[in-house]
Amino acid sequence: MSAATAPVATGGPETGYNFAYLDEQTKRMIRRTILKAVAIPGYQCPFGGREMPLPYGWGTGGIQVTASVLGADDTLKVIDQGADDTTNAVSIRRFFERTAGVATTERTEEATIIQTRHRIPEAPLREGQVLVYQVPIPEPLRWLEPRETESRKMHALAEYGAMHVRLYEDIAHHGQIATAYDYPVKVNGRYVTAPSPIPKFDNPKMHMNPAIQLFGAGREKRIYAIPPYTRVESLDFEDHPFEVQRWDEVCALCGSSESYLDEVITDDRGGHMFVCSDTYYCAERQAARPAAAAPWSEAGGSAK
Amino acid sequence: MNPAIEVRNLSKEFTLHTQGGTVLPVFRNLDLTVSPGECVVLGGPSGVGKSTLIRCMYANYRPTGGTIAVRHDGRPADIVSAPPRQVIDVRRRTLGYVSQFLRTIPRVPALDIVAEPLRAVGVEAAEARARAAELLRRLRIPERLFGLPPATFSGGEQQRVNIARGFAHPYPILLLDEPTASLDAANRETVVGLVREALDRGAAIVAILHDQDARDAVATRLFDLSPYSAM
Amino acid sequence: MSVDTQADAPLLEVQGLSKRFGAIQACRNISFDLWPGEVIGIVGESGSGKTTLLNCISARLAPDSGRVLYRTRHEGPADLNGMSEPARRMLMRTDWGFVHQDPREGLRMRVSAGANVGERLMALGARHYGNIRAEALDWLGMVEIDQTRVDDMPRTFSGGMLQRLQIARNLVTRPRLVFMDEPTGGLDVSVQARLLDLIRGLVADLGLSAVVVTHDLAVARMLSHRLMVMWRGSVVETGLTDQVLDDPHHPYTQLLVSSVLQP
Repeated sequence: MSAATAPVATGGPETGYNFAYLDEQTKRMIRRTILKAVAIPGYQCPFGGREMPLPYGWGTGGIQVTASVLGADDTLKVIDQGADDTTNAVSIRRFFERTAGVATTERTEEATIIQTRHRIPEAPLREGQVLVYQVPIPEPLRWLEPRETESRKMHALAEYGAMHVRLYEDIAHHGQIATAYDYPVKVNGRYVTAPSPIPKFDNPKMHMNPAIQLFGAGREKRIYAIPPYTRVESLDFEDHPFEVQRWDEVCALCGSSESYLDEVITDDRGGHMFVCSDTYYCAERQAARPAAAAPWSEAGGSAK
Repeated sequence: MNPAIEVRNLSKEFTLHTQGGTVLPVFRNLDLTVSPGECVVLGGPSGVGKSTLIRCMYANYRPTGGTIAVRHDGRPADIVSAPPRQVIDVRRRTLGYVSQFLRTIPRVPALDIVAEPLRAVGVEAAEARARAAELLRRLRIPERLFGLPPATFSGGEQQRVNIARGFAHPYPILLLDEPTASLDAANRETVVGLVREALDRGAAIVAILHDQDARDAVATRLFDLSPYSAM
Repeated sequence: MSVDTQADAPLLEVQGLSKRFGAIQACRNISFDLWPGEVIGIVGESGSGKTTLLNCISARLAPDSGRVLYRTRHEGPADLNGMSEPARRMLMRTDWGFVHQDPREGLRMRVSAGANVGERLMALGARHYGNIRAEALDWLGMVEIDQTRVDDMPRTFSGGMLQRLQIARNLVTRPRLVFMDEPTGGLDVSVQARLLDLIRGLVADLGLSAVVVTHDLAVARMLSHRLMVMWRGSVVETGLTDQVLDDPHHPYTQLLVSSVLQP
């Protein structure tokens, strides 16, 4: 786990940087914050966030958390909107390949650390894995209460009526809870927490998850955590219970009816299809299928 | 019989700080006892302090010295030294007051203004309104005005609403400050009737009545303030 | 207006309260009791200390000395300053109301009228949207706001409507004590009358106790049973409202009363 003993892999880490870019003092400080965060599930712990060589909004909070928990023998997976091959994911993966020389993977089950923006992988996580979320706005009360002193007090005293005001507004204006991303949760029956802008589809996966879930907000310099096997409830009303998104379609590529689907525009004549947002999950399913099978989109789910 | 009101050694003077601290003495060492069933009409020249005495008895003015024991719940209560909540309670249940002018309240209709004293002692809304309507009718307020706030009524109409309000609840004690002043003969007669009915049920009444006929009709005793004048 | 004279203990007891801001003595040794169902008016000109007093007795500001005791529903009189912060905040949003002169200070301007009224219910744990909304609609009716406006944003409301909405937001939890800071200030005269009448009716119907700060003697006359006149940080005169206004004794009160047209 220390830079001094990190093996120098072929083509790997650039010289002149400490292992995983951050200096050891900083990493220790961040690890202490993480320990505190794990000890108080859902509570936002301030930390001395560092300037990173990329702009806020590109995952600086997540990167600092990852850098602090990363060891030389870890295997890192980075996803952005569920995909391993988008710009943000690729650049963060390359950042750690070059500064830490760690192995990287797209395979969810192989990864020991998964840094994510906007999704939780479809494949179930297991004990020992760490899921690191990039968080733009860590404070779920911010939209209603701009004063930091006041929102902290509201957390301290568990005064969370205001969170339901937000859901009330949704129903009043849209007939249902229209919040689809960053849907507020209560962690371990205590702290109301922002799950980061993951779709509410992923909220149930946070509940009693065997993996450690760490959240890093770079701009706001906050870290919070959900330890393994922790209760995570999505806020709702008795007569408007929490529900996840559902699609009438299945994934056009792999036929999954259980994963989170993105709508993809295929041409400029209104053509479109729905595909899994988790690219690795989708590829695995496609590989497991008989090669001769017709595309699901054309078959509409029925065999030709 | 226990007196309804016992005024002892009452003095009142006004100190006008806005006019260099001028002191205006009104009366001094005034004693007056009123029993149930009595109608004491205050007498004396203008400025002798008749209205001031009535206002002191209602605890509207705060005397300079002396006591005013009002029989409330079977016991004398000194309205001069009683704490505000007790004064409010005495006014609510024991002490009625018909002032010279109606203090109107925006948006509150005449009927509710008259019914309010009854509501305040716990009478049901419908019953209170029925009694209020009966009084307003007796005082010849046109039915179409019942639902309107009296702010726009004529002076005479406002005064009749005021009288109806004062007689709505059967107070054991009534203080009347010129109730007939701006009324025509027929309505004056009605007020005389109301006062008589109050006396018949045993109310103690202190009144200022300049109208000779009305005075003759209801007064059981005249009380001249002149001997107590401090001017 | 009727005072619950049967209640045998004050709801609020203020004892020797003082508050200083630097060289300025904003409140000097003020004591009074407020009884259930009673409305006290605090009058005086700007800078007399009446708003500071209101803030001190409503736990929004800590006094330098003196005590404020509030008779809680279940545990009897409690010293506001000795109370834990959670308990105090709970009190403030359930058993108390605070009506600001500027309704924008007391409302959430970015959420609908219905949510403004419903927030306190949700804070108390109401989790049934339909019930919360029904209650919000009820209260809009009670403060004479067209119920079809329930989903509208407060910024589309007139000043008078905003003030009525603020009142509904405060009363939805059936508080026992409401603090009002110039509740009709800044409103047109015609709008004031309607608001005053509404407040008067609600206070009487709900048996509320209230402390009303106002510089307007007509407002004080209409709303309060009792008056405290403040001048340079001290209470210079107290009494039944009509006593103080009709037979003022203190030079300052006489000046105040003689400066206005027939309150």
